[in-house]
Amino acid sequence: MPPKFIGGIFFTNFMDLLIFKAPILMVQASMDGILLGILFALIAYGMALQWGVMNIINIAQGELVIMGGYVAYFMYVIGIHPAFGVIVSPIIMYFVGVGLYKLVINKVVDRDLFISILATFGISILTQQLMNFIFGADVVVAQSNFGTTMLFDNSVTLPNSKIFSALVSVIVAIVLVIYMKKSKLGRAIRATAQNSRAAKILGVDTEKVYAATFGINAALCGVAGSLIAITFTLHPYVGLPYTVRSFMIVIVAGLGNLPAVAISGMGLGVFEEFADYLLGTEFRIGAVFLLLVLILVYRRFKLSRKREYLK
Amino acid sequence: MNKLIKFILTFVSAIALILTSTSISFAKVVGDKIILGAAVSLTGKYSTNGKHTQNGYNMAVERINSMGGVKVGGKTYKFDIIYYDDESNSGRAAQLAERLIKQDGVQYMLGPYSSGLTKAMAPVTEENKIPMVEANGASRSLFTKGYKYLFAVLSPANQYLEVAIDLAVEKNGGPVDIAMAFEQDAFSQDVRLGIVDAAKRTGSKIIIDDKLPKELNDMAATLAKVKATKPDVLVVSGHSKGALTAIRQISEMKVDVPMLAMTHCDASKLAKQHGKNSEYALCAAQWHKELTYSDDFFGNGIKFDKDFNALYGYAPPYQAAESAAALLVYKDAFERANSTDKEKVRDALAKTDMETFYGNVKFGDGGQNTAKPMVLFQVRCEGDTCANKLVAPTKWASHKLVHPIPSWSSR
Amino acid sequence: MKKILLYSVLLIFGLVAPFLFPAFKLQISFLWILIILAMTWDVQGGQMGYNTFGNILFFGIGMYLCAGIQIGMFFPLAEWTVSGGEKTFVHTPTQYFQGFFVGLVAAGIIPAIVAGLIGYGILGLRGHYFAICTLALGIAAGEIAGGIELIGAGQGMTSPPWPKNIGDTELRSEFFYYICFVLMIATFVFLRWAYTTRFGLVLNAIRDNEDKAEAMGIYTMRYKIIGWVVSAFFVGMAGGLMGNMVGYIEPTEVAFAGPTFGVFMILMAILGGKGTLWGPVIGATVFHLFKEGFWTFFLGWQYVALGVLIVVIVVFFPEGIMGWLREKYPEKFGEVIDEADRKAQVELK
Repeated sequence: MPPKFIGGIFFTNFMDLLIFKAPILMVQASMDGILLGILFALIAYGMALQWGVMNIINIAQGELVIMGGYVAYFMYVIGIHPAFGVIVSPIIMYFVGVGLYKLVINKVVDRDLFISILATFGISILTQQLMNFIFGADVVVAQSNFGTTMLFDNSVTLPNSKIFSALVSVIVAIVLVIYMKKSKLGRAIRATAQNSRAAKILGVDTEKVYAATFGINAALCGVAGSLIAITFTLHPYVGLPYTVRSFMIVIVAGLGNLPAVAISGMGLGVFEEFADYLLGTEFRIGAVFLLLVLILVYRRFKLSRKREYLK
Repeated sequence: MNKLIKFILTFVSAIALILTSTSISFAKVVGDKIILGAAVSLTGKYSTNGKHTQNGYNMAVERINSMGGVKVGGKTYKFDIIYYDDESNSGRAAQLAERLIKQDGVQYMLGPYSSGLTKAMAPVTEENKIPMVEANGASRSLFTKGYKYLFAVLSPANQYLEVAIDLAVEKNGGPVDIAMAFEQDAFSQDVRLGIVDAAKRTGSKIIIDDKLPKELNDMAATLAKVKATKPDVLVVSGHSKGALTAIRQISEMKVDVPMLAMTHCDASKLAKQHGKNSEYALCAAQWHKELTYSDDFFGNGIKFDKDFNALYGYAPPYQAAESAAALLVYKDAFERANSTDKEKVRDALAKTDMETFYGNVKFGDGGQNTAKPMVLFQVRCEGDTCANKLVAPTKWASHKLVHPIPSWSSR
Repeated sequence: MKKILLYSVLLIFGLVAPFLFPAFKLQISFLWILIILAMTWDVQGGQMGYNTFGNILFFGIGMYLCAGIQIGMFFPLAEWTVSGGEKTFVHTPTQYFQGFFVGLVAAGIIPAIVAGLIGYGILGLRGHYFAICTLALGIAAGEIAGGIELIGAGQGMTSPPWPKNIGDTELRSEFFYYICFVLMIATFVFLRWAYTTRFGLVLNAIRDNEDKAEAMGIYTMRYKIIGWVVSAFFVGMAGGLMGNMVGYIEPTEVAFAGPTFGVFMILMAILGGKGTLWGPVIGATVFHLFKEGFWTFFLGWQYVALGVLIVVIVVFFPEGIMGWLREKYPEKFGEVIDEADRKAQVELK
């Protein structure tokens, strides 16, 4: 009798359900994956932004998201519709981000990337416990009451809150791209990303740029957090999955490339959903990470033929 | 290398100094206090219920102490608890158990929240022959190991939703199709085993057997399958997060099932957070305030509920109630043993047979409570306010079970 | 002469500690394990410049292997783990120890083989890609282990309990204490020797400039793999020991404990001073003391304190304690300084 491990992967009875009995499930899986992926792509873009500009990997990204979520939840508790959180939360989180930058991040900016990982790891565990203390240990949700869209004779259901999230994410992304292209600060950020020394010489205040970048990242997390408050649940200790997924998307997409981030985001979202259906939920996350490992190793072998390596 | 050597030597002596100066009081009893050791999840994914547990323990200690304390050998003692944070991590919990026993000299333990953590601590307390009364570890596997020092106040996990399956079979007039989704931890998987047993017993089929994604709270995939296969019963168990996610997504995806059975509805404040969307959900509980058990310290369930609410500002979920009961059991055992010797206390615990506001407590051979049934309640709404109403066992039911659940389109 | 004195003092301290501080046996055993983790991480991180988040992979594999073999040698493993460990089998003392030692050896060898196999692919990555890839490996391993029924899936697996009636509970603690101690000494001695050989020099060369090392004709990949294999060997055994000491193996929290031990091993090495022999040892000791101290005195706030500590270490003392000492007293480390070079010498990488 083959060990159940192998059985689970290859003989799951949902493969035939998926392909023969109810192919509509594939549509459901894809749409879920895309909507989910767009939201993650938003967080990933913030991650890519600070990585590209400041050479920092922010492990506390997930915690910023949760914080943003709590802002929206708080609004919900005092009677304001949490959807307005997508406007209020980024504003508040921007200042949180700038504050965090001035307090800690500015000391790790010019250093090794690895140092930033550790420093932000310290910040993340610190923040988790602070949030536990301030917001309490309950798992909470904010209600948007947006209803549901039904397609294909009710076999594909898309919660409107998820559609709303995707729309907001897209709008925010577009706004951000325009801002980066046209505004003075945006151009300064891009200049610093290209070559911080040269930018400095040419009169760009890199300190301000870094602070603003980190603030923008926090704001993006704020938007994402508000959306998560109405689509999922909030708890001080559930930030890590968001960090990890945004991380993965950036690795796959490469830096400085918003369309790539969006596509990778959606791609990974869909991959995750399908992995859930085909391999079983218990291997969902494992499959995604293995995919990441494979992509990296594949890239490395391709480059090694040219006697180069991944930078 | 001189400086380095000196440095290291000073360092080592400093450590030695710290270690020796830390007070190792073999504190089973200090003055007029009986010291109990407890692990609770103050941080980490179980922090919600860790808090409920701690509040339950504290309220009971306060109540017992204020009502005459514990009388042993002619003297009156008060309870006191040393807490450590197990951080919702099993490795930590085991470490913490060792620490409480070896370094703090604790001789009596109170259990942590969750089966997983209890499973990590039980071998330690058993090996050190320290009695542990636990109130939140329901896994059946805890009680099949022949532990002599473990005593569980709550009903084992596999019993949680068996009653629901039996009810469904009864209403359906025959075996049912079951869809289930469980989180990947010790407790939820044990509930699952109970369902598997019940299915076998009633000849029912399990058509979906999913594990919930451990971290990301999204069960859309499972629910899509449920919609496609139309089972008679949907069972979901994933602690507080699972309960909240399930209701949210079931209402969003308009999943119609005749019976929805879950756990952790009250701990997650489901009725309050999701309101009308949570209506008709059937929940397993170890305790409900409308049960008519009572004792001399807390009165009955309704009084306990009122007092707890006054003290902590929210209605006590069963996690808090059973934690409080653990202290009552200890008090009773200490007084019957009439000694603070841990072996005598252990023996007294084994012979426990008492009623508490939480339920009857009598321990079987493996340490499980054999005298208390699980209860089921259903969320019912009047206007916009929703509350948990007891529907089973019928002896205490205040409401009748609504089955099948009206479809979403008619709500 | 002084060195021998130092080593003997520490050795004696280690040997008699269980009798001087009987209540702390388990704590100090954990310390030995942490030291092993920090030292082996340093082989990649400090000496070779490859910051790895993935050594925890070997820790977990070793843990599961050891427990699995301990049980599997005498009883059907699948039955032990089914239903979350409902069925119990009792080992006789001979069975227990046989299983334990076979399991421990396997816990060293198999992870080493794994490291050898995947090394070629993974160690080809550089810098932060390597870090991320190993991080993904660690997490993937934990998640996948959580799906395998044979080893208990999400419910985890209990390691066989200490055989009854062969002495009191203290014997168990002492047994594990000394095994951990011996393993730690073995790791230390081995690494100390290894760093004096060509192997150590090559590792440092890779750290300083890998391309130049390659250009000089050194087959860097071979040495990178050897380094990983060595680390995996010791880490795997440490995992096997830890599994037995804790008693309950949970896939993502105890075995492949990335966010805890996985990160701690890095922090400890950095705190003490990466790239040095004693650095990880000192770092592990200080870290363990602080962490346990916070846990006792800052209940409910321990992670805030730990987070602050980490930020402080990383921001202000990235060279660690050894680095700081080196900066202050470079002469004691055998370096001759030209005043003008002093600043440059201790500049941060």
